Amino acid sequence: MASKAYQKIYTHLEAITKATVSLKAAGVSNDELATVAGRLAQVVKIKGDLVTLQVFAGTEGIPTDAEVTFFGAPPTLKVSEQLSGRFFNAYGQPIDGGPEVEGEERQVGGPSVNPYKRRQPSEIIPTGIAGIDLNNTLVSGQKIPFFADPDQPYNKVMADVALRADVDKIILGGMGLTNDDYLFFRHEFENAGALDRIVSFVNTTEEPPVERLLIPDMTLAAAEYFAVDKNEKVLVLLTDMTLYADALSIVSNRMDQIPSKDSMPGSLYSDLAKIYEKAVQLPSGGSITIIAVTTLNDGDITHAIPDNTGYITEGQLYLRADTDSGKVIVDPFRSLSRLKQLVQGKKTREDHSQVMNAGVRLYADAQNAKTKLENGFDLSDYDLRCLDFAKEYATRLLSIDVNIKIEEMLDTAWELFGKYFKPEETGLKQAMIDKYWKA
Amino acid sequence: MSTTGKVTGIVSNLVTVQVDGPVAENELCHIDLKGTKLLAEVIKVGGDKASVQVFESTRGLRCGDSVEFLGKMLEVQLGPGLLSSSYDGLQNNLATMEDVFLKRGEYTAPLDHTKLWDFVPEAKVGDKVQAASWLGEVKEGWLPHKIMVPFSFKGEYTVKSIKEAGQYNIDTVIAVLTAEDGEDVEVTMVQKWPVKVAVKGYKEKPRPQRIMETGIRMFDTFDPIAEGGTGFIPGPFGCGKTVLQHAIAKQGEADVIVMAACGERANEVVEIFTEFPELIDPHTGRNLMERTTIICNTSNMPVAAREASVYTAMTICEYYRAMGLKCLLLADSTSRWAQALREMSNRMEELPGQDAFPVDLSAIISNFYARAGMVVLNNGKTGAVTFIGTVSPAGGNLKEPVTESTKKAARCFYALEQSRADQKRYPAVNPIDSYSKYLEYPEIISYLDEKVEKGWVDLVIKAKNCVRRGREMKDQIDILGDDGVPMNYHIDFWKSEMIDFAFLQQDAFDEVDALCPLERQKYMLNLIMDICSRDFDFEDYEQCRDYFKNLINDLRQMNYTGFESKEFYAYKDKITKLLESNGK
Repeated sequence: MASKAYQKIYTHLEAITKATVSLKAAGVSNDELATVAGRLAQVVKIKGDLVTLQVFAGTEGIPTDAEVTFFGAPPTLKVSEQLSGRFFNAYGQPIDGGPEVEGEERQVGGPSVNPYKRRQPSEIIPTGIAGIDLNNTLVSGQKIPFFADPDQPYNKVMADVALRADVDKIILGGMGLTNDDYLFFRHEFENAGALDRIVSFVNTTEEPPVERLLIPDMTLAAAEYFAVDKNEKVLVLLTDMTLYADALSIVSNRMDQIPSKDSMPGSLYSDLAKIYEKAVQLPSGGSITIIAVTTLNDGDITHAIPDNTGYITEGQLYLRADTDSGKVIVDPFRSLSRLKQLVQGKKTREDHSQVMNAGVRLYADAQNAKTKLENGFDLSDYDLRCLDFAKEYATRLLSIDVNIKIEEMLDTAWELFGKYFKPEETGLKQAMIDKYWKA
Repeated sequence: MSTTGKVTGIVSNLVTVQVDGPVAENELCHIDLKGTKLLAEVIKVGGDKASVQVFESTRGLRCGDSVEFLGKMLEVQLGPGLLSSSYDGLQNNLATMEDVFLKRGEYTAPLDHTKLWDFVPEAKVGDKVQAASWLGEVKEGWLPHKIMVPFSFKGEYTVKSIKEAGQYNIDTVIAVLTAEDGEDVEVTMVQKWPVKVAVKGYKEKPRPQRIMETGIRMFDTFDPIAEGGTGFIPGPFGCGKTVLQHAIAKQGEADVIVMAACGERANEVVEIFTEFPELIDPHTGRNLMERTTIICNTSNMPVAAREASVYTAMTICEYYRAMGLKCLLLADSTSRWAQALREMSNRMEELPGQDAFPVDLSAIISNFYARAGMVVLNNGKTGAVTFIGTVSPAGGNLKEPVTESTKKAARCFYALEQSRADQKRYPAVNPIDSYSKYLEYPEIISYLDEKVEKGWVDLVIKAKNCVRRGREMKDQIDILGDDGVPMNYHIDFWKSEMIDFAFLQQDAFDEVDALCPLERQKYMLNLIMDICSRDFDFEDYEQCRDYFKNLINDLRQMNYTGFESKEFYAYKDKITKLLESNGK
């Protein structure tokens, strides 16, 4: 009986690990999808006629005589305007009870944009949070993660940022979200009345971890549809990338790869870069901005996941509980937006970067004073003024519950400088002092 | 007939091929994926199986797909038109690709074959020439671009004929040379060279003689890099590595700049594409892009081409060096290249070295750095390739294989530091840990004696000692408290802070401060060191701090104003008055 390759059913597995199965099969292409005992799987290795598949849903209960069918194509997503307002799982299937999406079927994880065809990001994304807008301004086409400990309210901040940002579409890629967090996002989006401009791809902790590997590609395929085909400004939220990387390490471990640092696969940098580099400002006006979350283990950023992420993304945002003000603040020292100078003073007031630097410098002096205090030394008058400044600076500007316009942030900063310091103590340019100093 | 083969195994971009004939290490091949030709390079041969790394995504590839070996290694085309071009790691011209997305198997010509160049012959009929001898010249922008005897020619040749002055495209035969065995060979304006082989064709490689100015005080004064020298910048992310490297690219005193964006962010390359065409080269007044070539393999582009990109960039530099030009190669970041090596080594299941890197990593890095250098050409002229690489150490920890291997190979070390960056002390280069071996070269010392002023290096060393002493004093103050140490501890500390704030720190985004010519550096260092050599008298440490803060503020304002302008001298006068009020 003549049968086409994708119809052929194999029924003998040579090997099974927790994440992969291997079998003898012919005519199989790299990266193509298959089902193993009804579960989705993807080809990750071919050696002669021995094919290794990564089974997204895990291999629990898969017998050696499981049926394997190859699709002849890599993972795809059907794209159209119908995606808007919908919730999907890692395979792009609806989980909100709605109908299947009709549209053009596209391969996910497609090619990169020619760097020469990109445009320089130049549009500010205001969030109302001064710790971001004033000190670490976001720009459309940027990719930036929150580095946060698991106990910090990063999902809340991310939802705030997304809903306040002036964008056409918000696409959520949730990896290993707890069911509570998934419902939180759903609730926030519905409450904001913004559901029609949101698309969500969600893998919860109840679902198998290897499935997560599909989420970023699905999310970004949808993002590319809106940004490239529809010329829209798209904001992509990816949470939590640490759980994505953990899934990578599970698969590479099952494939007997030699691990590099922190038992992560040696290709971690490239794997993460492939996702984050989808952030782009297109010549046609569309853009993809990525805000991600990388959870840390007790603030350790030297771990391979945050470390590699930091080298890929255009900055990072840290949240920290500030004991002086009792608020969660955006840490001004370690946070950084690499693209901020593209908009600061250009799309915002001329004094922006000077004010930002002076504020952070004085806040640093306050930290030094605090160290002195802790070590039992006497504080000078300047030290005391720094400490008072720091408290008010944290409360009125760094705290994540601030929601004001950038002009107001700058004016507030000048007000604080004038209140606590002499002009020459701030290190500001004389021309700026002449113009904006508030005695 | 060329060797062919069939695909027998695929793991990501490592493909094993069953071959039917001889293959060479590093030989290129085309893998046929339903009509799309994927370029790949042989990296290992065992029996009739060749392991090849594919420079493209292998999605959709099957066992049994056919492979054709090309009988050559990865080559670049060298000729007029390289400058102001943007290439990927395999020298495909990115500007002439039509699609917004990179298409697999799309290869574009590196050079424009239709453009006419004004050729002026330099060699005469009957001249004896050899590889890299100059036959003539075209103007590439404002640079004299020499048309040379191809580097691959062996032995001596006689010029049989040469084109007269006129306009020709790069494929025109501009000379016919007769080899020693009487055979005639034609030479056009374009030649090919395998990237992994160093270009020779010069007489000797002497020690560097002079420094390359960057306009960055931290570099030029404290740790200068020599023309033809090597240096590297390791640092954790967020320390200003990229800003620093762009500043060097913009301001570096070189005829030709090649930037290899190796596995880094695409938006950083876009910044170059956007800004460079609008910037003026401070040394020549010409457009910056005219002297720049960009080799771009960003982090999302095929991993295997990362390695190729740094070699491609180096070969282009060597080509221009053979014309007697000064070239600067910036590679950001060599760690990404090392990681690409690690990924391949891992897939080939080689026994790993430290941190799973291949064991020959150190040798590969030092071989690459050795290709830089100043050379004396056969005609007595000199040319140079200065190389600065960045390293992205995992976790910011400098005790990792790439940093350690590079430290052995490079002569200058610019240690970017997280704590300086946190305090916004930019450039965040640690002045104590960083070094330039060139400050010990007698040639460089006497060069600086002449170029700047007699005894310059001694003054620099004095300044470095001041900074070091200040650091030691700070440690003591932190332990014993402000009141627990004698006043001179505070004075020494603040002197070092003054050097740091007013000299080492520099605002790369300020129009005036970003570029500080050597002449201005000399003025400022002398002024600051004069203050450092004074004795001061303070009642308490707060008075000391306020006094120096005022000094620092005025010195910084000087940095922000035009050199020797009215405002500049107004601040200078303020400083003089301040010094008269205390200080001896």
